[in-house]
Amino acid sequence: MFDYSAYLRNEKLPHIWCPGCGHGIILKSLIRAIAKTGWDKDDIVLVSGIGCASRLPGYVDCNTLHTAHGRALAFATGVKLAKPKFHVIVVSGDGDALAIGGNHFIHACRRNIDISLIIFNNGIYGMTGGQYSPTTPQGDKAATAPHGHIEPDFDVAALAKGAGATFVARGTSYHVPQLDDYIYQAFMHKGFSVVEVVEACYTTHGRKQKTKYKSNLDMMKWQKDRAVPLAKSREMKPEELAGKFVTGILHEVERPEYADRYAGLVTSLKGGDK
Amino acid sequence: MTTTAHTEEKILFTQGNIACAEGALYAGCNFFGGYPITPSTEVAEHMAEELPRRNGAFIQMEDEIASLGAVIGAALAGAKAMTATSGPGFSLMQELIGYACIAEVPCVIVNVMRGGPSTGLPTSPAQSDLLQAKWGTHGDHPTIALVPSSVEEMFTETVRAFNLSEYFRTPVIVLGDEIIGHMREKFRVPRSGEIEVIDRKVPDGDGICRLPYRADGKHPACLPNFGTSRFHVTGLNHDESGFPTMDPSIVQDSNARILDKVYHQRELIDKVDMRYCEDAEILFVSVGSAARAAEEVVEEYRRKGVKAGLFRPITLWPFPKKEFIPCAERAKTIVVPEMNLGQLRTVVERFARSEKILPVNLVSGEPLDPDFIVATIEKSKR
Repeated sequence: MFDYSAYLRNEKLPHIWCPGCGHGIILKSLIRAIAKTGWDKDDIVLVSGIGCASRLPGYVDCNTLHTAHGRALAFATGVKLAKPKFHVIVVSGDGDALAIGGNHFIHACRRNIDISLIIFNNGIYGMTGGQYSPTTPQGDKAATAPHGHIEPDFDVAALAKGAGATFVARGTSYHVPQLDDYIYQAFMHKGFSVVEVVEACYTTHGRKQKTKYKSNLDMMKWQKDRAVPLAKSREMKPEELAGKFVTGILHEVERPEYADRYAGLVTSLKGGDK
Repeated sequence: MTTTAHTEEKILFTQGNIACAEGALYAGCNFFGGYPITPSTEVAEHMAEELPRRNGAFIQMEDEIASLGAVIGAALAGAKAMTATSGPGFSLMQELIGYACIAEVPCVIVNVMRGGPSTGLPTSPAQSDLLQAKWGTHGDHPTIALVPSSVEEMFTETVRAFNLSEYFRTPVIVLGDEIIGHMREKFRVPRSGEIEVIDRKVPDGDGICRLPYRADGKHPACLPNFGTSRFHVTGLNHDESGFPTMDPSIVQDSNARILDKVYHQRELIDKVDMRYCEDAEILFVSVGSAARAAEEVVEEYRRKGVKAGLFRPITLWPFPKKEFIPCAERAKTIVVPEMNLGQLRTVVERFARSEKILPVNLVSGEPLDPDFIVATIEKSKR
């Protein structure tokens, strides 16, 4: 039996998340991945923005930094560049990472700084009561889309890859062993890594889709039915993939990491003329 | 990460923005995060040149919000960190200035002021953000803002900004302006040790600190840097442990403490340049580059036998009221020359009857010169 208590601030529990929320599943996955790395807890800096997912660092026993809405990656960049020995992990919701934090997201990808970003993608603003986010499915109802959502959503993994992230994975809160592995692989990757976790918020989102979901279990089934592993997706025609999403380690390349490059710059200037 | 400080004396003929960057380096700044904006950019450029040579870190971020975010992150990791900007960028930074206030993170923000509102006059001088520096971020918060009026003061006040920031664990703002930032003057860079450099207090020993926000009375908290005690930092109201709380008495007290820690030790912050104030009947109150014009008028008046004086707050916030009140009471007329439409005047009005205040306001983008001040005074007599 895995001992989570060694990584939790046990006195801070119970957590604030609703029954049926996927965040707790991801928290446990994150802790198992951290344990597998063997990193010293004093060397881990866990950073978040604002939202339900961003309350996660408060429960984890390491250096934790709960910043302002959307700004986690900016703070994390400062931490990493000031002290490159830290293992810097950012947890962020879809609204936090992709709407208000969208600019920071694409630039962190481009810089390829050695930070792991876990995006808790439940497709809604949960903490404020179910307003539509950049990943709310078109047609769904939301507190600010009472007549149905008319905007298209982001393909988070494609966005990360396009912006220059060197490791991109997508998992779900249903496929937990795979998620453990994606998060662990992201931690081991040198460079900016993104793990998008498709999950659900029944309380503020699911309940509004009366014909789609009867309970949070239906939202888990939605993840199960729509997730297509990368290998299988390669054998499928585009029309077969319509309405589904591909999971797995979708993109992994090596490219010089930002803090290393900066250290190289510092070294190259040593002994040079002033 | 440690940077090497100056050891040798040097004489520089340079612009205020470079002096500001040199002051930061003197104070031990080893992290700069910024975004280009006129007329402050030379600060960033000089730091980009120098920091990697001194084992410090420079990064140009994607915007001003990210710049201050990176600065705060670096500061929590132990760096002495700063950013530099101007009006529009300063507006964007307001969000995280409040964060640094409530989380008690030392950092220095230089605002080389230009014309506004909005994009305004990017290359022209103004003193447009005197009040934004005080009131810009939401919520009650302490403000320390310093206003240099020469190239040399851009150096010394930046050193002082770092010292105050580290001591009080709060963001400190340096309000330059386009004139001071771009003007070139000669000044002597002090030797290492000549000006005191203060470093933040961290808990004694290597022990684990479980109450990073425990403060002794009206004092700053004493957080360790990241890496030893695994504590929590948040922009939510928090208790001594650093974790969020909605306990009314804790919220009330901690909100008051972050103000009190600054305002109950004003003797460490106040700094005023007072010329002939002891018998001044016509008192000029002015800051930054406008104060240079005011000073010239004061000297000219004195030569003519007029009892004029200059009250120039170098620390603008908190306003040095203890020094100001007696001067204001003695004066028959208080002239307030400033390159905005009355921001400094709103403070002067708190301590002096409005009928004896004569505002001198210029927002045309031109430098405020002595002739303009004299002409405004003459016009008021008619």
